[in-house]
Amino acid sequence: MAGMAGMAGMAGGYHGGAGLVVEPCGTRNAPQSPDRPMTPPAFTPDLARALPGPTWLAERRSAAAERFGAAPLPTPKDEVWRYSRIDRLDLEAFGPVPAPAQPAPSLVDAAVALADRFGARAGLVVTVDGSVAAGPPIEVSGLTVARPAGGASDDAAGRVLGSVASEPADFGLLNDAFAPDPVVITFDPGAPPADPVVVVHVVGAAGAGSAAFPRTVVRAGEGAHGAVIALTVGADTLTGGSAGGEGHPHLVVPVVELDVAAGARLAYVAVEQPDAGAWHLASQVGRVGADGLLQSFTVALGGSYARQRTDATLSGEGARSELRAAYLGRGDQMLDFRTLQDHVAPRTTSDLLFTGAVREQAHSVYSGMIRIRQGAVKSDAAQTNHNLVLDDGAHADSVPNLDIEENDVRCSHGSTVGPVDEEQRYYLETRGVPSDEAERLIVRGFFADIATQVPVPAAESVVRDLLAARLAAPAPGGSRG
Amino acid sequence: MGGRRVSAGELVVEGLRAGVPGREILRGVDLVVRAGEVHAVMGPNGSGKSTLAHVLLGRPGYEVTGGTVTLDGVDLLALPTWQRARVGLFLTLQHPTEVPGVSTLDALLAGSAPLAGSVEATDRAAEEARAAHVAGLLSTEAARIGLDASLLDRALNVDLSGGERKRNETVQLATARPRFAVLDEIDSGLDVDALAAVAHRVREGVGEWGLGVLAITHFRRLLDVLVPDVVHVFVDGRVVATGGAELAMSVDRAGYQAFA
Repeated sequence: MAGMAGMAGMAGGYHGGAGLVVEPCGTRNAPQSPDRPMTPPAFTPDLARALPGPTWLAERRSAAAERFGAAPLPTPKDEVWRYSRIDRLDLEAFGPVPAPAQPAPSLVDAAVALADRFGARAGLVVTVDGSVAAGPPIEVSGLTVARPAGGASDDAAGRVLGSVASEPADFGLLNDAFAPDPVVITFDPGAPPADPVVVVHVVGAAGAGSAAFPRTVVRAGEGAHGAVIALTVGADTLTGGSAGGEGHPHLVVPVVELDVAAGARLAYVAVEQPDAGAWHLASQVGRVGADGLLQSFTVALGGSYARQRTDATLSGEGARSELRAAYLGRGDQMLDFRTLQDHVAPRTTSDLLFTGAVREQAHSVYSGMIRIRQGAVKSDAAQTNHNLVLDDGAHADSVPNLDIEENDVRCSHGSTVGPVDEEQRYYLETRGVPSDEAERLIVRGFFADIATQVPVPAAESVVRDLLAARLAAPAPGGSRG
Repeated sequence: MGGRRVSAGELVVEGLRAGVPGREILRGVDLVVRAGEVHAVMGPNGSGKSTLAHVLLGRPGYEVTGGTVTLDGVDLLALPTWQRARVGLFLTLQHPTEVPGVSTLDALLAGSAPLAGSVEATDRAAEEARAAHVAGLLSTEAARIGLDASLLDRALNVDLSGGERKRNETVQLATARPRFAVLDEIDSGLDVDALAAVAHRVREGVGEWGLGVLAITHFRRLLDVLVPDVVHVFVDGRVVATGGAELAMSVDRAGYQAFA
């Protein structure tokens, strides 16, 4: 497929074959429509400015709050919010978690126990509703974890914050404004491969109506090897309780910046298990320098409406990204993925595979863009999305897109949406496997297959177990809080 | 008749008519395979041989319009595929399907693999004992047929060559020890050595536990090793001639036209 310009299409030989979608495109952000209310009073610049931290951070926060307030809220009419439930979000029902109270020790203990499942680690950071509750300072050779909000008044850390997520919009701005305690993890140049750093973000601890803004920056210096496992977990999910009643509504808006310098390799595994009532509006933005490699793997399981933006810009020649996600929607959950593979430099390679399943009345959205800019010659991009639709009431949308401004490139994209493959089911039945058990095995296998691609080996078995447990759990009740 | 009679089982097909909606493919098939017997069904492409295999197992998409199929008197046509398998009918597929993320062991444990010591696996210890038992059988069978045991750890049929898939089908057959096996062109895509290994193992099963075999093929090659007791010539959806091994020779010499 070399030498293609404009639209490129690939149709698949994928199992699960029904409903192949290959859409040409070029559609990007439509102009925002001004028919949503302005910022509710809980998210004012003054409130943002008053959060603890040095002056530069206070100014950065209040400026972001002003920009957020000046723009209309997104609606499903905006292309990047198409298919979403964003019009059902009533921001007035939420307010930022006030100055960090001391979290319950049992909550922190449970977070540490969760981190322990991943085995040996180079360091641990636990945040509760966006504020660090345990962890730094960590002084391992080649690794630094810093907290700009608690740091000195110089603005070196300020330049790090927002250096990758440099063009925030809507909820990215809200995180810029209200992240109470950003965490900056730095792998020094030349750092050798080591055990992963584990970050646990406990969210929803402040209960119904709370809005939490975890912020993480991961930097892999030139030639460094870095590995991070980031767990976002709802307080109820973590403790097995239901402090505010199952499905109490709360807002979680995490932003993750992944900065991979020339020749560096960064593996980032994100496991997202917010509570059943959560609006989870997450953004992960990566940038990769020359001959660097970013490997990210997202596991999305929780939340009521859980959205994940995954952007990776290949800014240096020979940069590579491998973006993976596994998701499983249950009940009336909506899982919403937007991806951007942005090729800026020549000879850059991106490979994306998002694969998921929906059951009961769950709905998933995958909308992805490959962008190859002028000058990114000899780039190679692949984008694949597989969806299993396991019940009549469940639904999956899959929209792969290409926007190519250069001639000498290779591009492929494709997606599948459909039920469990009949041939696979029949094969297992000829071995004496009952029909429903055959379907369970196939779906479990579908996830076990992608779990083998988790880029941090210590996380693979946990990821597989989490997916299997979510799959085996009884159907959640129909009502959301 | 060759083969040692271990069980008195019978697979009986009488007047079987079936097809896909709007088109009849099987036009009245009559066959009786007894435990410990090897029957070959030979026929040209398009004669309905593979349809016979899938109708016996109850593959979705086919409809049966007449006749009966029983195994030891049990009405197979009334059962879903997985229950037919559990009654004791095993199919080796012509094109074994890839099932990503599901191992051969997973499939057999969820299916009709034998229980360890015939204890029903009701608790965790019993389940583990059964898993260990079946895993042991699988690796023993893999060694017997010359299949690299490490391939059993892979997902079913994923990244296996055509020959490895057929060996894997045979390993599963020998592990599951069914009463009757339908081999749907198990010889297709096999080299001479693999063909000999597969046919040899099936033939041994006949002696070991009285396996009854219905081997569907359109080449005589397979039958040189498998040595059928009975050969059926299958043309246009029905058995048109039945005889001993010598019938395979005459098909080889004269082709199927003579039977049309």
